[in-house]
Amino acid sequence: MHNWRWEVFLEPAQGGSGATYLDWVLVGLRMTAAVSLCSWVIALLWGSLMGIFRTYPSKLLYGLSTAYVEVFRNIPLLVQLFLWYFVAPEVAPLGLGAWFKQLHPNLQLFVASMLCLGFFTGARITEQVRAGIESLSRGQKAAGLAMGFTLPQTYRHVLLPMAFRIIIPPLSSECVNLVKNSAVASTIGLMELAYQGRQLVDYTAQSYESFIAVTALYVALNLLILLFMRWVEKKARVPGFMGGGGR
Amino acid sequence: MSFLELDGVSVAFGGHTVVAGLSFSLEAGRIGCLLGPSGCGKTTALRAIAGFERLAAGEVRLGGDRLGGPGVHLPPEQRRIGMVFQEHALFPHLTVAENVAFGLRGQEPPRRARRVSELLATIGLERQGGRYPHELSGGQQQRVALARALAPGPRLVLLDEPFASLDADLRERLSLEVRELLAAAGATAVLVTHDQHEAFAMADQVGVMREGRLVQWGRPYDLYHRPGSPFVADFVGQGVFVPGRVVGDGQVEIELGRLRAQAPAPCPRSGCEGGCRVSVLLRPDDVVHDEGAPLRARVVAKAFRGAEFLYTLETAGGSRLLSLVPSHHDHAVGESIGIRLDVDHVVAFHQPPGETAAGPDSRP
Repeated sequence: MHNWRWEVFLEPAQGGSGATYLDWVLVGLRMTAAVSLCSWVIALLWGSLMGIFRTYPSKLLYGLSTAYVEVFRNIPLLVQLFLWYFVAPEVAPLGLGAWFKQLHPNLQLFVASMLCLGFFTGARITEQVRAGIESLSRGQKAAGLAMGFTLPQTYRHVLLPMAFRIIIPPLSSECVNLVKNSAVASTIGLMELAYQGRQLVDYTAQSYESFIAVTALYVALNLLILLFMRWVEKKARVPGFMGGGGR
Repeated sequence: MSFLELDGVSVAFGGHTVVAGLSFSLEAGRIGCLLGPSGCGKTTALRAIAGFERLAAGEVRLGGDRLGGPGVHLPPEQRRIGMVFQEHALFPHLTVAENVAFGLRGQEPPRRARRVSELLATIGLERQGGRYPHELSGGQQQRVALARALAPGPRLVLLDEPFASLDADLRERLSLEVRELLAAAGATAVLVTHDQHEAFAMADQVGVMREGRLVQWGRPYDLYHRPGSPFVADFVGQGVFVPGRVVGDGQVEIELGRLRAQAPAPCPRSGCEGGCRVSVLLRPDDVVHDEGAPLRARVVAKAFRGAEFLYTLETAGGSRLLSLVPSHHDHAVGESIGIRLDVDHVVAFHQPPGETAAGPDSRP
């Protein structure tokens, strides 16, 4: 029978800094949120660009973006993390490797995790953006061009506004996936939520309490994201389109 | 020199020729139409004029400027050609007013707003400017699409099956409306459709296309009454072919009597003097119901059309005819009625020996 001791979170943590174990968990939560947010920005920007390239009438851009998607989708996330953290600094050109290695060790962990999660999720977003653009009727692009807009302008004012509205639901689940995937960063030692959970078990031996707390915080964080994305979706909804209001 | 000129235009996709040697011209302010069954290349021809497809051969000129041809391909956004699409292609995230204003960027806001409200008034949607496209009916969407295309004052307006997604009733009303709107704007336009009623209602000049080629180009009246080939005769309007024999200059003998052509010779081919066998086209309006007429035919089928009946008749000799009769002459199937031929335009095609007079079926 497990001896429940929830008050363990309020006890001062070992190390004598005066922080409680609850503070440890919150540090992990902050790190998870920070690395997820930074990765999300990279994933969204890069994924959108690549998604546009996937539909652009240029063999070069199409080839580049397709190669990116295939590589990043087909290598396990954990392997990618090791590549970013251990291999990339050794082979990076332009002195980037040296620059990386002189960073604070904690920052090195953060940057490698952020890039890894960002470009991995970016490959998935690329495909969402492509699907969104391709779901629009062929006439939309033609109509933009026929109105005297150039192709980039047509993307900016005609195709992307609708494509992004359409892919908000799949994007929400990509965002949630990103948060969950960020737990792999614990394997290289980034002090995010999952890592802190294990620390807690090691120091307090209260494994149930520790992992229940970590689980609850992941769920809470993701629910918050889903609520936010639902709000975005509602804000962006076009009257009469896709079953919302109108006829 | 005409305003729009197509000269031997060909379009090919991967070695497969979709449009072959298309040539026609259109005067400024006129509406032209490409009519043909689906897959005949008419939409590709339209997209080539718009600049969405490159020409494999030939030239497109607009107002004397070469838009496409050997070594020239002006991209669509530089052609100043407005386009109305089959599925309207309104921008769903923009309001009706924003859609119409879309092509007016670069103009000062007050001027833009004036132009938009002017156009919305023209299409009768001045109060719907703030609505979104999906909140409008199909007909309203179509009118917005037209206003959007007209807004920047294009040199040419292209309409790709503009009424295909609308129901028949609306289609007829809207095609007249659109014709008036285009006329009011003084626009030159090319329309593509597979519906001859739409073509006739909208266009000054109609070209019938088949398998990538233009078969005939002319006024609707001429296409109907002076078709240049059995295909055009069949595709444009109803009618049947009956076997006949040329008996003299401008005269054809058929089972029901002798037809005398007014102006044009009955057979378009030369070397078709006396005795030559031909297929003669009889339109439903060529066969007139007349109780006093000696000629009799049996009613085989009838279709009520409101103002008139379309009767399918069979003569004593077994020929089938179509006849359009005012609907107060309500005859039963099997009844024998008097008919008279009233053929203004004798249309006959040379019939090679051994071939039967296969032609337009008697579709009701």
